[in-house]
Amino acid sequence: MVEFNLPKNSKVKKGKTYKAKDGAKNTRRFQVYRYDEDTGENPRVDTYEVDMDSCGPMVLDALIKIKDEIDPTLTFRRSCREGVCGSCAMNVDGTNELACIKDLNEIKGDVKVYPLPHMPVLKDLVPDLTHAYAQYASVQPWVQADTPAPGKERLQSPEERAKLDGLWECVLCFCCTTSCPSYWGNSDRYLGPATLLQSFRWIADSRDENTGERLDNLEDPFRLYRCHTIMNCTNTCPKSLNPGKAIGETKKLLAQRR
Amino acid sequence: MMDLRSDLARARGLGSAKEGTGHWWAQRVTAVALLPLGLWFVYSAVSWGSMDLAAFKVWLSEPGNLLLMVLFVGTLFYHMQLGVQAVIEDYVHGEAAKITGLMINIFAAIFFGAASIIALFKVAFGG
Repeated sequence: MVEFNLPKNSKVKKGKTYKAKDGAKNTRRFQVYRYDEDTGENPRVDTYEVDMDSCGPMVLDALIKIKDEIDPTLTFRRSCREGVCGSCAMNVDGTNELACIKDLNEIKGDVKVYPLPHMPVLKDLVPDLTHAYAQYASVQPWVQADTPAPGKERLQSPEERAKLDGLWECVLCFCCTTSCPSYWGNSDRYLGPATLLQSFRWIADSRDENTGERLDNLEDPFRLYRCHTIMNCTNTCPKSLNPGKAIGETKKLLAQRR
Repeated sequence: MMDLRSDLARARGLGSAKEGTGHWWAQRVTAVALLPLGLWFVYSAVSWGSMDLAAFKVWLSEPGNLLLMVLFVGTLFYHMQLGVQAVIEDYVHGEAAKITGLMINIFAAIFFGAASIIALFKVAFGG
């Protein structure tokens, strides 16, 4: 059966509190999930008091400040700091976000920062996305065509290109996939919203000649049809994309070709 | 057992079952059918309040009423079977428990659906 409780060694304990330096007037509390497999200890939530007068506006700014000035052991992924690389996906204030484009002013009270839900945690805010990446690879995310490549590029009309809008912007942060209850329950076989949106991105591409094979590979009670239109994916997407709609379009094509 | 398959092998698993669209479509068709049938059923059930058994038997033996009752009950149990199947596939993970659950679900839907329809005919035309 599905597990409704955390295993004993995953129960989150209260952690340490790091007080702000004397003289800090405008402080804010950050409650951050900490886990280190090597210590054999349960995960804990550490509290950091951050001087906001010398902190940037985004959640990632605060995390970098904590790592620089308070606790260098804090571990998280980040790279572009402008919402295009998808590295700093994490659960902020109860919703999956890209920390680099999540404005601290939008959060009321203490800032709670956890790793992406329901994934194995490697350390602190770093989840193991190996399986999600392999699922993405399994949909063969590239143009496939039997027609020999023309001398120049494969042409696409502006209207055909417009069909990719709302799909190509996905940065594969897996905020949507890890927010999906169906993925929590059946991630071994259900592909999840990020991979299904990416798969539809190639189904919708007028240059691709393998639409039928792509649909064949998705037509499965688990790979695709575990989606029950819960729409957490669309609610949480930090790029304001709509994976739920992409999945719906895929289901419509499958019904259409029956 | 140690799992040394590659990540891609694990993700591909046993491949696509190449089905599921039939289930998805049937769920939608039965849902659409149940909208008018369900409204009609509730409307009718309210009118039964003022009937005794004899009057109800007369009502139920009207071909139109009996037809709609049989369609409502049949569609309802079919829709229920499809829905419970989705719940089992979502939440039951052991292969043996899952297959047992799916079987019981089909048996129960057919058994109770058939029993309900036989009961309708018995009330309508039985002594």
